[in-house]
Amino acid sequence: MSAFFSAKTQEYLLGPLSKNNPVIVQVLGICSALAVTAKLEPAIVMGLSVTAVTAFSNVILSLLRNTIPTRIRIIVQLVVVAALVIIVDQVLKAYAYDVSKQLSVYVGLIITNCIIMGRIEAFALANKPWPSLLDGIGNGLGYGMILVIVAFFRELFGSGTLYGFRIIPQSFYIQNGGHYLNNGLMIMPAMALILVGLIIWVHRSRNKDLIEK
Amino acid sequence: MNKQGNTYTFIYSVILVVVVAALLSVISLSLQPRQNENRQNEKRQNILSAIHISSTAQNSAELFNKYIKEQFIVNDKGQRIEGNAFNVDIKEQYNVAADKREFPVFVADVDGATKYILPIYGAGLWGPIWGYISLDADKSTIYGTFFDHQGETPGLGAEITTPAFNNQFQNKQIFSGEELVSILVIKGGNATGKNEVDAISGGTITSKGVENMLRNYLTYYEPFLKQK
Repeated sequence: MSAFFSAKTQEYLLGPLSKNNPVIVQVLGICSALAVTAKLEPAIVMGLSVTAVTAFSNVILSLLRNTIPTRIRIIVQLVVVAALVIIVDQVLKAYAYDVSKQLSVYVGLIITNCIIMGRIEAFALANKPWPSLLDGIGNGLGYGMILVIVAFFRELFGSGTLYGFRIIPQSFYIQNGGHYLNNGLMIMPAMALILVGLIIWVHRSRNKDLIEK
Repeated sequence: MNKQGNTYTFIYSVILVVVVAALLSVISLSLQPRQNENRQNEKRQNILSAIHISSTAQNSAELFNKYIKEQFIVNDKGQRIEGNAFNVDIKEQYNVAADKREFPVFVADVDGATKYILPIYGAGLWGPIWGYISLDADKSTIYGTFFDHQGETPGLGAEITTPAFNNQFQNKQIFSGEELVSILVIKGGNATGKNEVDAISGGTITSKGVENMLRNYLTYYEPFLKQK
């Protein structure tokens, strides 16, 4: 196992969670991060779906990397990624129907998520399948992690619930005689962008080497 | 073999496409029964919520069979026509000329009282909106409604799905005497009449969409509703 988890391979898996995070450092995959983070559940499913797609597409293209004709490289990548995304979409429709309705078009749009094509081009085509798998999982989880953090705050303050369970009691609300109102701005995509900005701020103030001169 | 040559590239792409296509067909076919079941369960849940019965995907079939006593299709002249009402795709029918459309009717029995459930379909601001409306045995008093949408603005137009909006419809009258007046969605909290409800602030176009959808479909059903 030590060969499989050397310091270098660990870096493939763990790097994208913080210092090389696809969302807050490379600023990829932002549009879906804004769209599906109003509630925790779709954010988690989206994170897992993207992780599955990055992991499998990285492995498949890493296995194929020495056979792919350079001229149709991007087309081959697209075919593999599109096929995987369709599989994810079909599986969600069969086994997680409600969530697939909430994610609606965004499952199909995983194809256009820059993280996936970015990792294939930058990593899988130049590395062996095992590091590519770790890199894919790492980047998918790094993306999912940011989605979950954003969705946590948006759902808590926008709807007063977490994962569908009520956190802020009904009796606190103005309608029921209390003094509390949900923050409507939290539900809007604009707030997701502001939250991502705040996360980047906190992250960079803790990792000073990421700050551009 | 030259991996950058035309022959290799051509053969490579053909094999790739054939393999992927075969794989996707197999997956799609094997998951289809489950997906259809999910869609049917959702439809049953929607129909049931128009008569204030909340159900889950698991018990929707059981509750549907318990409450829905009869289902049939009428045409725009109120005559019954052949077919399975549950399988009528309202979205598909929306694109057919009105005099050729099939209009399903679901008859429910809620604690001994007869309710008629009619599907409705129309356009909101960003995309289609649809729902079900249930009427009492007099075919004029609204018992309950259910609205859903594809992509209305959250917090504004999307509020048509909330209980607060739906509850307003209860006990409103769609007939005034013999005349079909449908339901008017009024801006500014001025809804007082027997056939008026309040619009959603900030969701005017979606609210108007609901009003138009109701008027269109109730007009189609009018001959059926006037049968005593």
